[in-house]
Amino acid sequence: MDEALLRSLTPSVLGILVRRGADFAAAEDAVQDALVEAVRVWPADGPRDAKGWLVTVAWRKFLDASRADTARRRREDLVDEEPAPGPVTGVDDTLRVYFLCAHPSLTPSSAVALTLRAVGGLTTRQIAQAYLVPEATMAQRISRAKRTVSDVRFDQPGDVATVLRVLYLVFNEGYSGDVDLAAEAIRLTRQLAAAIDHPEVAGLLALMLLHHARRASRTAPDGSLVPLAEQDRGRWDRTLIAEGIDILQAALARDRLGEFQAQAAVAALHADAPTAAETDWVQIVEWYDELLRLTDSPVVRLNRAVAVGEADGPRAGLAALAPLDASLPRYTAAEAYLHERDGDLPTAARLYAEAARKAANLAERDYLTRQAARLNMSMGGRGNGPGSGSPR
Amino acid sequence: MAKYLLLKHYRGAPASVNDAPMDQWTPEEISAHVQYMNDFAARLEKTGEFVDSQALAPEGSWVRYDGEGRPPVTDGPFAETKDLIAGWMVIDVDSHERAVELAGELSAAPGAGGKPIHEWLEVRPFLGAKADTTECTFK
Repeated sequence: MDEALLRSLTPSVLGILVRRGADFAAAEDAVQDALVEAVRVWPADGPRDAKGWLVTVAWRKFLDASRADTARRRREDLVDEEPAPGPVTGVDDTLRVYFLCAHPSLTPSSAVALTLRAVGGLTTRQIAQAYLVPEATMAQRISRAKRTVSDVRFDQPGDVATVLRVLYLVFNEGYSGDVDLAAEAIRLTRQLAAAIDHPEVAGLLALMLLHHARRASRTAPDGSLVPLAEQDRGRWDRTLIAEGIDILQAALARDRLGEFQAQAAVAALHADAPTAAETDWVQIVEWYDELLRLTDSPVVRLNRAVAVGEADGPRAGLAALAPLDASLPRYTAAEAYLHERDGDLPTAARLYAEAARKAANLAERDYLTRQAARLNMSMGGRGNGPGSGSPR
Repeated sequence: MAKYLLLKHYRGAPASVNDAPMDQWTPEEISAHVQYMNDFAARLEKTGEFVDSQALAPEGSWVRYDGEGRPPVTDGPFAETKDLIAGWMVIDVDSHERAVELAGELSAAPGAGGKPIHEWLEVRPFLGAKADTTECTFK
């Protein structure tokens, strides 16, 4: 049985149930039950009309559930209202499920969880494992999210930007537990791109593909981080890169630039460079300038400062860094890097060690500690400088 | 089975035998240390004794309730705080002896010069939430 196909039908089946009058929360439970049953009973290749099967089973499960806990009268009304079976387009419904799951009334963590379940068709257990929280906690998060959106009208138009932010969050979570969230985010963004024609949806899809193409080279066999400049470019996935660039070019040609397209353009310039030394940093700085026009974010300014350091030299990079708030995430790491490029190794080593203490995750902490260690060693071995690291 | 917390400290533990700070190690020594820690956790998963392992950022803050309708008071971090926890591993083992044995192995993780750190780890038994099902007979 093709699990990917099965899960790709989730939002349109859910949309059909809601259109038939089921409330969103109950319909969502019914669709999950139908998915579980499909996994259990479907033969290897699935029924001929997989979607029709799911709609029928989910609807029956919904009726069973409403018989159990609400008035029979309502159920009978619903049966009466049931539209005649026939072809259903489903595309608009799919889009509406995306909008509902990313509704602005939801917190980011709730929107992510609800999207993975109601759009992605993942089970609560899988989502809980991916986010390293107890299954009961995730179940509560999802059911609270469903209650939050229960009064939102299903056919109300939504905001694509909120959906994109949710998908971007899922993508950044990467690989955790049994679920490859990055791949799942790509699948959901592809599905969204098929349902709506929007340059920023294309921009986000391109950005994801271009980053995903580098995934295998981003970590060494021992799990440590490999920075972009040191990655084995032979291991980058050229098919994904080509697809990402095609999608990006088509989006840019429409002349409605947005944040994700600009970020994807930076990623594309990295992907295009045969070696790190051949990276077109001047153009990358220009794209960061575009990004700053679109969103004046301190994180973009920080990235821009590093790019300026490559394009115009480390002193220029440090000058671009200077006006920024030193408490920004990765500020100290960027500062350390630029000082190293400038040849000031003692300062760089001290800042790398400081950046390691401020790192937000173990992979970055280990990487930055190694950088400090490398410089300390090159300056004459251990015993120099103040002690500042700590064993894990 | 009983659960134990193996605590690592940034500050507050007696000095390790091999006490060089990590940024004074070589990059290879750091890799060897990380590998040892990962292998240790993986081995305990295989033996069915691993529960959880987490690392903590060195800096946090102190927070307390400040009365009805007022935002909580925050303070710190305090440089003079004696005890600063770096992280932990929770294990579920058959005996206290086993917990001590595993803590000893964890403390042998390699550090500077590839030699064991001999880091002091704190071993704390969990207090279970429930009374034993077999009641005490001499009360």
